[in-house]
Amino acid sequence: MLKRKTISRRSPLAASLVMLGALLVTGGGYVAASTAAESTATSTAADQATIDTGHKLFLANCASCHGKNAEGTAAAPTLIGVGAAAVDFQVSTGRMPAQASGPQISDKAPQFTDQDIAAMAAYVASLAPGPAIPSDSYLAQKGNLTHGGELFRINCAMCHNATGAGGALTGGKWAPSLKDTSPKEFYEAMVTGPQNMPVFSNSDLSPADKLDIITYLQYVQNNPSVGGDSLGDLGPVAEGLFVWVIVLGAIVGITIWLGAKSN
Amino acid sequence: MSNVSATKKKGGFLAGTANYLDERVGVAGILKEFGRKIFPDHWSFMLGEVALYSFLVLLLSGTFLTFFFQPSMTEVVYDGVYGPLKGAHMSVAYASTLNISFEVRGGLLMRQVHHWSALLFVAAAGLHMLRVFFTGAFRKPREINWVVGFALFVLGMAGGFTGYSLPDDLLSGNGLRIIDGMIKGLPWIGAYTSSLLFGGEFPGNQIVPRLYSLHIMIVPALIIVFLAVHLFMVVIHKHTHYSGGGKKDTNVVGYPLMPVYVAKAGGFFFLVFGVIMLTASLVTINPVWNYGSYDPSPVSAGTQPDWYIGFLDGALRLAPTGIETMVGNDTLSWNILLPMIVGVGFLVVVALYPFIEGWITGDKREHHVLDRPRNAPTRTAIGAAGVTFYATLWAGAGTDLIATSFKMSLNNVLTFMQIFLIVGPFIAYFITKRLCLSLQRKDREIVLHGNESGRLVRLPHGEYIEVHEPADKYQVWKLTDFKEYQPILARPNEKGVITLRSRIRASLSKMFFEDRVSPVSATELEAAQHHGELH
Amino acid sequence: MAKKPQDLAVTGESGEHEYETGIAVVTADKPGDPGIEPHRVRMTDKSAKHERAAARQVAALFSVSIIGSIFSIWAYYAFPFNNSDAASLRINTIFLGLGITLGLFGIGVGAVHWAKTLMPDAEVSEERHQTRGSEEVRARAVEIIKLADQESGFSRRKLIRRTLYGALALFPIPAIVLFSDLGPNPKDSLRHTMWGQGGLRLTRDPDGTPIKASDVQLGAVFHVIPEGLKDLEAPSMLNEKAKAAVLLVRLDPADIKSQREKDWGYDGIVAYSKICTHVGCPVALYEQHTHHLLCPCHQSTFDLADDCKVVFGPASRPLPQLKIEVDADGYLVAPGDFAEPVGPSFWERKA
Repeated sequence: MLKRKTISRRSPLAASLVMLGALLVTGGGYVAASTAAESTATSTAADQATIDTGHKLFLANCASCHGKNAEGTAAAPTLIGVGAAAVDFQVSTGRMPAQASGPQISDKAPQFTDQDIAAMAAYVASLAPGPAIPSDSYLAQKGNLTHGGELFRINCAMCHNATGAGGALTGGKWAPSLKDTSPKEFYEAMVTGPQNMPVFSNSDLSPADKLDIITYLQYVQNNPSVGGDSLGDLGPVAEGLFVWVIVLGAIVGITIWLGAKSN
Repeated sequence: MSNVSATKKKGGFLAGTANYLDERVGVAGILKEFGRKIFPDHWSFMLGEVALYSFLVLLLSGTFLTFFFQPSMTEVVYDGVYGPLKGAHMSVAYASTLNISFEVRGGLLMRQVHHWSALLFVAAAGLHMLRVFFTGAFRKPREINWVVGFALFVLGMAGGFTGYSLPDDLLSGNGLRIIDGMIKGLPWIGAYTSSLLFGGEFPGNQIVPRLYSLHIMIVPALIIVFLAVHLFMVVIHKHTHYSGGGKKDTNVVGYPLMPVYVAKAGGFFFLVFGVIMLTASLVTINPVWNYGSYDPSPVSAGTQPDWYIGFLDGALRLAPTGIETMVGNDTLSWNILLPMIVGVGFLVVVALYPFIEGWITGDKREHHVLDRPRNAPTRTAIGAAGVTFYATLWAGAGTDLIATSFKMSLNNVLTFMQIFLIVGPFIAYFITKRLCLSLQRKDREIVLHGNESGRLVRLPHGEYIEVHEPADKYQVWKLTDFKEYQPILARPNEKGVITLRSRIRASLSKMFFEDRVSPVSATELEAAQHHGELH
Repeated sequence: MAKKPQDLAVTGESGEHEYETGIAVVTADKPGDPGIEPHRVRMTDKSAKHERAAARQVAALFSVSIIGSIFSIWAYYAFPFNNSDAASLRINTIFLGLGITLGLFGIGVGAVHWAKTLMPDAEVSEERHQTRGSEEVRARAVEIIKLADQESGFSRRKLIRRTLYGALALFPIPAIVLFSDLGPNPKDSLRHTMWGQGGLRLTRDPDGTPIKASDVQLGAVFHVIPEGLKDLEAPSMLNEKAKAAVLLVRLDPADIKSQREKDWGYDGIVAYSKICTHVGCPVALYEQHTHHLLCPCHQSTFDLADDCKVVFGPASRPLPQLKIEVDADGYLVAPGDFAEPVGPSFWERKA
């Protein structure tokens, strides 16, 4: 049996190691202590088995348009660098696999289970860095309602309408209604810029800003109009149609009753 | 001779009051003159009343609102109860609107009553105008009343526009931005007029208080004055009536003002008010809290004005691309001027229509019996063409909503409407005129051969016939009581020259009256009855 | 053409005026006027039982109105606003409104039902009077006018008349002139924006944080206001924003068709005025792949990759471009103003 060294001696590298350790601790501590809004990524990287499953699903369902290595073809853009968020958004809203070609691909019932979607997202995320799926803890926070409304009106309302009822774009495209969208989908759409929607990266609208917008949209979803039925939130056009058809129609009906001879 | 009154008080309080008033104001004479005035009873005569009653509701609800609304554009930080705007910067006008909606009991109800009645006022006035047009009620002696009514329609639009711009919200603020852009496009005076209106640069802090003066004082005052003239003329002309047994140009047939009309028309006020109140209780209108305070940077998809301004917004959208010309160094914005000319021009033609038709037909008689639309085919066809034109402009204001609702391309919708605006009225004219003439021929058939009864009879020799019920004398009268007009011929004047004016008049008169169907004459009717043709 | 008796004014008076008629062909041979239709007797006219029932119905309707009005007053107090609860506002509004509705409908239906079932419904005829005055009346009217003219000497005294016209024409003019101070002379306010101060950083709307070139990703759109705008006092802030609002987009330089556009941008990042050249709405809809900017008001469409030329809709002029550079710290700045006035056209624009 070898004798252990009884005298503890510091290695010449000890100081450097301690410095490195201190830096890691303070840096890591800073990251952890900064607003939780900053930590949006899902906690652990997916394991290789999930990525392989995702790869197989990709080859079976997506490669025909997006290319065998997701490099893109004439039919569909490259997926390298779009990130897990894009895959999660497109597939869980049913937009992908695309149903028919046209000016825009619309959402429909999702074609895959949540596990399969997670696998495909992991595979695409493994190809190159891109926006990650937001964590549940991030989405559970409450942002600033007023600031969210302000940001929404400046960045989003021109396409999606002031309360998210949706709107028209050129050439048959449209900005969809936001009435049934989940907070996760809101985040993913903003950060990935699906189809013709612009990209709102975290250097444009910070994660705190995005949380504010999501908080505002949730308020709108959960609070029906205090004035009564909101006629689809479509504004003066719906109001004008209602007044001519229903209100004036009812009044004309009353005048016919009024002028008719009694039995 | 003692003048001390020795008359006993008879009949109690009511009689005493009546006596008091009569001795000071002469109410007995008024009652005698107007108390049993006859008004004809048809539902289509009540449309003007709907507009009148909506206006009364506007005055009542508006007065309530003036006690709470503050027409100032001073900037303030919101500290009311509506969560999504807490801490936001906004004008006092917008903040007071939020206050009315969220913190005054009945405030939101009154805002909604006010806005719904505004939409109803103009809609009812429009429908009333259509009824007057299609029944020819604008003919002599009512031409001036048509113009007064038209002025009321335009004042209604003005009242509505000034009103919905008061809360200083994003939607109406963008509407004001559009108006400002249009004003700036006016030649020579544009930039100056814009500065005068807004008190400097857009948006400034003057426009809301100025619109307030217009909205609560000037426009209502003008409406009240024009309404008084409008109703006064109805009283002196008496109301028109449809053709029927005993109804002539020299009489009016109906029910007396007291008690029948007081009950029916008075009750109708409550019914109209009730419908408005029901709608305001159950359906949201103009939720300004969703739009946010006006800011020139954000905008909402689906930015449209209230429906009655729609035809002007549609005219702007339908203008062709890039039509701007230069006069030296000066810019003529045809993309703004052309829609203005088209929109205003259409309104002017509508206002002058009675005089145009009067000139073409040369008819100088008084008319108190209304036309059935089918018996004035060209007028009805012109009306259909006009409605098509207006409706296309109106639909043009909603191209983006049409595109999203029906999953179409916005660009295709717009291009279609641009074409239809020109082509549609002609199609509508042609189809309507032919329809009217066919309906007139059908009326002749009914008079001569009776109404189809739906009963089939097999004659002994095997033929199947449908039995026709002969029309009774009241129906025969209704179907034959219209005048047939002949076209005016172009005639030389004193100098023996056929002027261009005369030629134009003759050809327009030909367009009006050449294709026509005559009413069945008594001779024809007797011949048909003798012949015993009952199938 | 000879006047036919039926062509004359409705009362058939044979006046001195020749009416230009000759167009109506009134068939003298018309089937006869059968007179007013006979009155159809109602149940309430025939049967006292029905009459009493109708009377009870009317009273019941008026009672419903009373109940409705009382209910609405009670509801106003019984359903207070609870500020943190939107539902309380809705409940108060709906019950107040429905109560008032019942109060109104009760009276309306009751009054109309009363008229229809209980009041006499036999149609009555009333003679119309001619609208124009009779010959005597007209003669007297003419006489009065002539007398007024004679006694005042209006048509005789040319000097009085003409100076009167002048006075009446001119006295309202000061009223018009009084409105000149509604607004200042615009001078060249429409030609300059806040960017003209030079060297202002591009900042995010509404928070005013400056933007680095590296912040702008491909496919992103930033809504931009000049540095310092958000701290301006009202009403200047909105006035300046109405001219200075800008859209910032990063394109792939290979997609940009115009060399000028590339030169005025930075590495594919370009900045354009957000104020539509049609009538001034914010042109805010950016389609990432088509590079189209769509204005939601009247659907003017601009091609961002080609100097923002108008490709659809009623606008005539492209959106003005704002020249941008990068400062020492990497932030985007605008060295100066737009090269032309922003927003809608106005008459003197090119001068």
